[in-house]
Amino acid sequence: MSGLLSLRPERLRELSLFAVMAVAVFIFSLLIDNYIGGSFFNRVTTSVAITAVLAAGQTLVILTRNIDLSVGSIVGVTAYVTGEYLHNHPDLAPVLAVGYAVAIGAGLGLLNGVLVAYAKVPAIIVTLGTLAIYRTWLINHSDSRTITSDGLPDWVVELPNSTIVSFGDFDIRTVVAGSIALIVVLQLMLGGLKWGRWVYAVGSNPDAARQAALPVRRVILGVFVASGALAGLAGFLFLSRFGTITVNAGNGLELQSVAAAVVGGVNIFGGAGTLVGAFLGAVLINLLDQSLLRVPGLSEFWRDAVLGTLIITAVAVDFLLGKRLGRLSTSARGRRATGVPPPGQGASSDA
Amino acid sequence: MRDKALRWRWELFLAVVLVAVFIVNINISEFYLGEQNFINMFQLSIEKVIVVVIMTFVIVNGEIDLSVASVMAFSACVLAALHQGGTVPFELAVVIALLAGTFAGALQGAFVAFMGLPSLVVTLAGLIGFRGAGRILVEDNSIGDFPEWFETLGQEPLIGRFSFALIFFLVLIVVAGIVLHRTAFGRSLFVIGNNANVARYSGVNVSRDKMMIMTASGFFAGLAGILFASRLGSVRGDLALGFELDIITMVLLGGVSIFGGSGTMVGVALAILIVLNIRNGLGLANIDQNTQTGVIGVLLILSVLVPNLVARLAGSLRVARTAERGPPAPGGPKEGGDTARQEADLRPTQG
Repeated sequence: MSGLLSLRPERLRELSLFAVMAVAVFIFSLLIDNYIGGSFFNRVTTSVAITAVLAAGQTLVILTRNIDLSVGSIVGVTAYVTGEYLHNHPDLAPVLAVGYAVAIGAGLGLLNGVLVAYAKVPAIIVTLGTLAIYRTWLINHSDSRTITSDGLPDWVVELPNSTIVSFGDFDIRTVVAGSIALIVVLQLMLGGLKWGRWVYAVGSNPDAARQAALPVRRVILGVFVASGALAGLAGFLFLSRFGTITVNAGNGLELQSVAAAVVGGVNIFGGAGTLVGAFLGAVLINLLDQSLLRVPGLSEFWRDAVLGTLIITAVAVDFLLGKRLGRLSTSARGRRATGVPPPGQGASSDA
Repeated sequence: MRDKALRWRWELFLAVVLVAVFIVNINISEFYLGEQNFINMFQLSIEKVIVVVIMTFVIVNGEIDLSVASVMAFSACVLAALHQGGTVPFELAVVIALLAGTFAGALQGAFVAFMGLPSLVVTLAGLIGFRGAGRILVEDNSIGDFPEWFETLGQEPLIGRFSFALIFFLVLIVVAGIVLHRTAFGRSLFVIGNNANVARYSGVNVSRDKMMIMTASGFFAGLAGILFASRLGSVRGDLALGFELDIITMVLLGGVSIFGGSGTMVGVALAILIVLNIRNGLGLANIDQNTQTGVIGVLLILSVLVPNLVARLAGSLRVARTAERGPPAPGGPKEGGDTARQEADLRPTQG
């Protein structure tokens, strides 16, 4: 017990997610014949790639005590516009094609960020508005045309199935490996760079961050641009995975990304949480999503109800455990370090 | 004093905007100025504006309810499923559907009021979960064939040209205005919205009030969903999808602070008229639904952005004036509009 307590809460959270996943896989394997297999593994991991990239951006935003509800629309816009551009310029270098999607996403994120950081409009208002505005623009722009995979270059269509290594039927797909690498790099930057620590500082106490002369506005602007850019990347992955892009592409992905972050232990009040946690949250959500489809007697219509329950359970459990664990570990650490009794826990209810 | 003047200035501004919308609409179409057009305008959005009234209470109270559109769908789906099942009489099914909406609100209220979880996340989970629950009930069917009295209730006028829902709304907004501005309960909602801790220390039962408001939000959303079903004559899983955007826009445009603690029912009524007339005018000008949604998104952002900019402009003018007169007061002008604004809002309700 004391061994577990000496772990940081984030590590504990990540371990518990692994435990939940193991239990889920065990239960599903009892309910579903031939549940565990290569094709299932591949399907789950490929869909995780998109959610995980979005969840990483959402996590950066939530860490600063904000929220980005526009990412689903950004995915739709970038997937459509990039597909359109590739139709007309099929010889475009892959790096430039990805860069195009990321740049458009970053631009849309920049608009969100300016409104939140400089015009001081709450993030929930700004991104609820741009959620509608970006989608409206896409619908008008598309003129009810659909992007189809026929006109896309081969490398885009083949990307989702390209594999780095295989263990029997279990393939490690390029996009999966790529998104894991990206998240690891971002996590290291977040933990190691000055800028990364600022993100946590702004989220855990904006007033203190301002008093300490941190560039609060620029940090908030930065996370929205990053979230937009990552949504752009996710838009590109969406394009290559589905090939066919309608104006509804990416609808509702913003909810999935918030869900992944929150289930992954990112504190909705900001200042606490990791990208690795959000990644595990994304894995759990996609695992449940893909598994529920195959349980006899259940249908695809169960997924949203389950997802909603999962979010509220994660938040409630976090809250209850966080109160208890936080008290235990501060008192343990406080006694070890100074011998002074810890201050009473406070400031938990007023955010 | 100053603050109060500023508040009525917002209502005045809304009235001017409304007149401008009138003038533009009259020039757009000859069909605009007709009694039937005005009735239709309300009739087509009557479920939304019923929810707007209760959403005003929720936001004044310092919370938000993103789940209203999903709760509308949930109630309607419960009704439809019971009707299709055929085991309970239809009248009882209506009562059960109303209770289902109320239960949805109470469940979320319990998480917010007694566990202190942020309503943003709780109702985001509700937004996903309750629509999911509705989808489980009706899957992808469209369920109709309701009893004749039920469809007549939604589609035919009850008194003169007014339908039941319209009369209900008109009574509701007047009663709500009185409750919000002329009763102790209403005043306690403002105090809670300003500062929940101050309210708690002054003996206001914060948890009970929050629980009541969130439960009422579920009840009225459920009722609106049932009325929507009676007007449409059929229920599908995507009923009322995305309505939260319009609803929250109308409340915030009405001058209700997103941080809670300030706003008037008169302002909200004016905002309702503005949004309905803008949508109506756009419709008469043959602008499609999708673009209308985009316009609402822009309006949502502007409704918070404009007062922010005006406040900052006024603030810098004041600073300039005090600088001319002499040294600034101790503490100096506060940076960060949010805290300054919240402190300013605290004064009138306490005095």
